[in-house]
Amino acid sequence: MRYEAPVSLEAASALLAEAPAQSFVLAGGTDLLVRMKGGFVEPELIVDIKHIPDLQELRLDKDGFVIGAAVPCAALGENVELSAQWPGVVEAANLIGSKQIQGRCTIVGNLCNASPAADSVPALVTAAAKVRIRGRKGTRTVAIETIPVGPGKTSLAKGEFIEAVLLEKRRPRSADAYLRFIPRSEMDIAVVSAGVDLERDKAGVITKARVALGAVAPTVMLVEAAAAAIIGSKLEDKALTALAEACSAACQPINDKRGTVEFRTKVAGVLARRAAQIAYQRAGER
Amino acid sequence: MPAVHVTTTVNGDRLDYVCESDETLLDCLRDRLGLTGAKEGCGTGDCGACSIILDGRLVCSCLVLGVEAENREIETVEGLAEGDNLHPLQRKFLEHAALQCGICTPGILMAAKALLDRNPSPTEEEIRFGLAGNLCRCTGYDKIVRAVQDAAKELQGA
Repeated sequence: MRYEAPVSLEAASALLAEAPAQSFVLAGGTDLLVRMKGGFVEPELIVDIKHIPDLQELRLDKDGFVIGAAVPCAALGENVELSAQWPGVVEAANLIGSKQIQGRCTIVGNLCNASPAADSVPALVTAAAKVRIRGRKGTRTVAIETIPVGPGKTSLAKGEFIEAVLLEKRRPRSADAYLRFIPRSEMDIAVVSAGVDLERDKAGVITKARVALGAVAPTVMLVEAAAAAIIGSKLEDKALTALAEACSAACQPINDKRGTVEFRTKVAGVLARRAAQIAYQRAGER
Repeated sequence: MPAVHVTTTVNGDRLDYVCESDETLLDCLRDRLGLTGAKEGCGTGDCGACSIILDGRLVCSCLVLGVEAENREIETVEGLAEGDNLHPLQRKFLEHAALQCGICTPGILMAAKALLDRNPSPTEEEIRFGLAGNLCRCTGYDKIVRAVQDAAKELQGA
């Protein structure tokens, strides 16, 4: 196995463009090393992107937040401005694994690992996050929900890698929230999860919303019918019920020892409802 | 497989080792440097027995490649005591009988140190979440939590 630690984006891109089939980007390594140890992958080349200064940056510029692909999830929680503007995203990122894992793992890794149960992904989808992708010919920016296409599969072309996640600046009277169900209080993977981002007017009427579900389909799901159910409402019981029903109707979960189809379908609605209430309250405090 | 020469800082000492590119930092610490404090439990980042502090962050050394340690700062349990003087966390673990077989203890001490470095007076809940990545299968967590609380108090000078 060849290990390379390029110090520029161009060098990383050149390495990955000419890489052998079994090549992997290393950021936090909390998935990759487990897969190596289990014998699921045998890398010929590992490209460690942590020495590229641009990718270590978490900054707020005039357009919003730029979270570099090598920034560990723990650093998201330590960033006061990001935590204030995107609490749902930060909560989701800090639900991944233990403190040990959070010190290494990244949201881009969580995304590219393409697990249907990835915690940070539904929160980033509700946040309308974008990702900047670098390939040999330059960069392109796409909506984050276009990256995972199935369990373990992404839409990235050979040689491409994600440089950064982009989040807009928080608009007035808007907020997000993310909740997941696990059978214990810590150290587990989502059985069902829901993220909600919404904006309200001065009278408290919801004018915009995005609702995403995790772990109930092969990929994260943006549920437009669920958003439509609460837009125009003040999140009264009727709107909350319609939101929950729309979420449950959208679910296409698997049946496994961690949760049955019936359980996941019902709990998706319950979590979306609770997340919407948290987001609504937060939005009212801004 | 090509061997890689790595220069790193462990507990304040500049050290060198030669390792294979796919070797874990845990194996490098134990087998190349003879620092056997960090233990291998699960080898997949679930149990925390291999916890060390890397550039100020708590990590599982089983999920770090040895080659990644180049020019970085590592703290292991071997660096906690100053000569014969145990670190307050180590002393409080003994006083509270917060260990039995001891396999998880080096990792828990490093997790507790990382927690107190960032949060000198954590609540019991914060301690329990801070140590959630460290499994203990014989002592029981209660004594461990009490020992960390007591050590925090002493380090705060109370």
